[in-house]
Amino acid sequence: MSEPVLAVSGLRKHFVLTAGLFAAVGTVRAVEDVSFEIRSGETLGLVGESGSGKTTVGRCVTRLIDPTAGRITLNGADITRLSRSRLREMRRHMHVVFQDPYSSLDPRMSIGDIVAGPLRHHGIASGGELRRRVDAMLEAVGMRAGIRDRFPHQLSGGQRQRVAIARALILEPNLLVADEPLSALDASVQASIINLLLDLQARMGFACLYITHDLSAAKVLCDRIAVMYLGRIVEVAANEQLFAAPRHPYTQALLSAVLTPDPSAQQARRRIVLEGDIPSPVEPPSGCVFHTRCPVAIARCAVDEPALVDHLGDGHVAACHLIGPRGEAPDILAGAQP
Amino acid sequence: MTAAMAGFPRRVPSFALIGRFSERPLAVVGAILALGVVAIALAAPFIAPRDPASTDFGALLLPPLSEGHPLGTDDLGRDVISRVIWGAQASMQAGVFSTLLAVLVAVPIGLVSGYYRGAPDLIAMRLTDTMLAFPYLIVAVGLAVVLGPSLTNATIAIGLVQIPKLLRVTRGEVLALREETFVAGAVADGATDAFIIFRHILPNVVNTLLVQSTIIVPYAIIAESSLSFLGLGVQPPTPSWGVMLTTAQPYMDRAPWLALVPGLAISIASLSFNLFGDGLRDALDPRLRR
Repeated sequence: MSEPVLAVSGLRKHFVLTAGLFAAVGTVRAVEDVSFEIRSGETLGLVGESGSGKTTVGRCVTRLIDPTAGRITLNGADITRLSRSRLREMRRHMHVVFQDPYSSLDPRMSIGDIVAGPLRHHGIASGGELRRRVDAMLEAVGMRAGIRDRFPHQLSGGQRQRVAIARALILEPNLLVADEPLSALDASVQASIINLLLDLQARMGFACLYITHDLSAAKVLCDRIAVMYLGRIVEVAANEQLFAAPRHPYTQALLSAVLTPDPSAQQARRRIVLEGDIPSPVEPPSGCVFHTRCPVAIARCAVDEPALVDHLGDGHVAACHLIGPRGEAPDILAGAQP
Repeated sequence: MTAAMAGFPRRVPSFALIGRFSERPLAVVGAILALGVVAIALAAPFIAPRDPASTDFGALLLPPLSEGHPLGTDDLGRDVISRVIWGAQASMQAGVFSTLLAVLVAVPIGLVSGYYRGAPDLIAMRLTDTMLAFPYLIVAVGLAVVLGPSLTNATIAIGLVQIPKLLRVTRGEVLALREETFVAGAVADGATDAFIIFRHILPNVVNTLLVQSTIIVPYAIIAESSLSFLGLGVQPPTPSWGVMLTTAQPYMDRAPWLALVPGLAISIASLSFNLFGDGLRDALDPRLRR
């Protein structure tokens, strides 16, 4: 198998909370020991609730923020600690599409200038060549060239997100981090952006880290899915495998919340509702961080933090003490029902 | 950087800027008035009917519309209209140049300290805190005393006094803007710090700076009058609007026009710069295009 485009190992990001000038009053453990790899042409979905740390992972990976610990390699090169100028050079190989297309485009810059940004910053094209490439890229995301003289506020949310995608992909990077690119858009527009991303990935072959809380979108877009809870990855599996046979109790609960299009299937479905909110990452629970909300937690879960285990050696990993030696998932309804 | 931007229509082509500006009637009025005041100041030697300093003790405190004195005379019999025309020079100089000085010093420091933060920012902020802790007039008086009494030095003192406030405003805006997603996007693009500061952050601060500057101009005109009143600004018999206002005080009941005329001049000048600044701000904002 080929070298992964992106390899992350032992990634941690802690934010120190301060009160006043100097006093540190706590640490937000936003990301704890996260590892994964993405290969060329592959999309890894990173799913989880708000506050699970998935966006922080995306920002660390693209080095928009500095990781506290861990190692990030892009195309085999360690980018965890790079000088500002070396990092700036590496940025031509990766880019981000942000969640909110209303704030991710500079309101005072024309669409043409926004999309041309990466070409200019890396000194790749100028003049007529630059204009030609910008027009081609705008066309590739389904927009007419005339749009380049417009300004972000004159565009709809969907159009803006297309512009954001054009700007992110104009240098044909090896890695695209898409941080909830659909969540600010209408349902009808979401579908067209999904298709656009699939189409562009098929043509350009970039690796994609797709961050979302929308499991239905992940199901369509992702090859593999990693489920995050409170800064940790609790389960990783191939798309079909995860939806067919989720192992971790949290994944099971998450999947049970996805609506099915068939009403009778929807009625018959067993819905698992988790109690309470995601705990504070300032004081994460001991042992398995999910034990406070897990319907089947046992005494061991509160003391012993489970490791990610590949039970069948097929790349489907999960971190739970209750999973059987052959990958038998715990029946989380058994605990919930009297 | 400008050369690199060739190829696309400039963000705000200058002809289009004038076009959008001229769509705003109030802005046009402001621009005409502001230009008018500047023109009067420059042309004072040619348009003032009399010598502003020549006294006439046979014609003290004449009311407006008197023979040969359309706006009357002051307590020393000097022609008020000539003094108000000449006064425009000192007032415009103090108003415009002190504001320019403040902007030229405060904005670069504010951009850098807000963007990079860290120790330089901390030092800059403690310094501004210290300066702001004193009443501005005390600082201006102190500076003017050190520099020596003259209009130029008063202008410098007024400009320096405006720096901390303007610096704080600039830095505050930059602090907010640097957290914007579009700045993160520019970083991900591979933009240099200079590009982010000058092409992403500065254009988004211009709004606030224009409004702030148009507030500082009238403020500086008044500050000049205070310094002149204390003998630290223009030296008698040179007139400025501020000097005229302060010397009119004892005659408010007998000769109210002595205060009204320079007061109106200050109001018109302030208003015109305000309207001009507002219009410019709106014309520069692509979101307000019709």
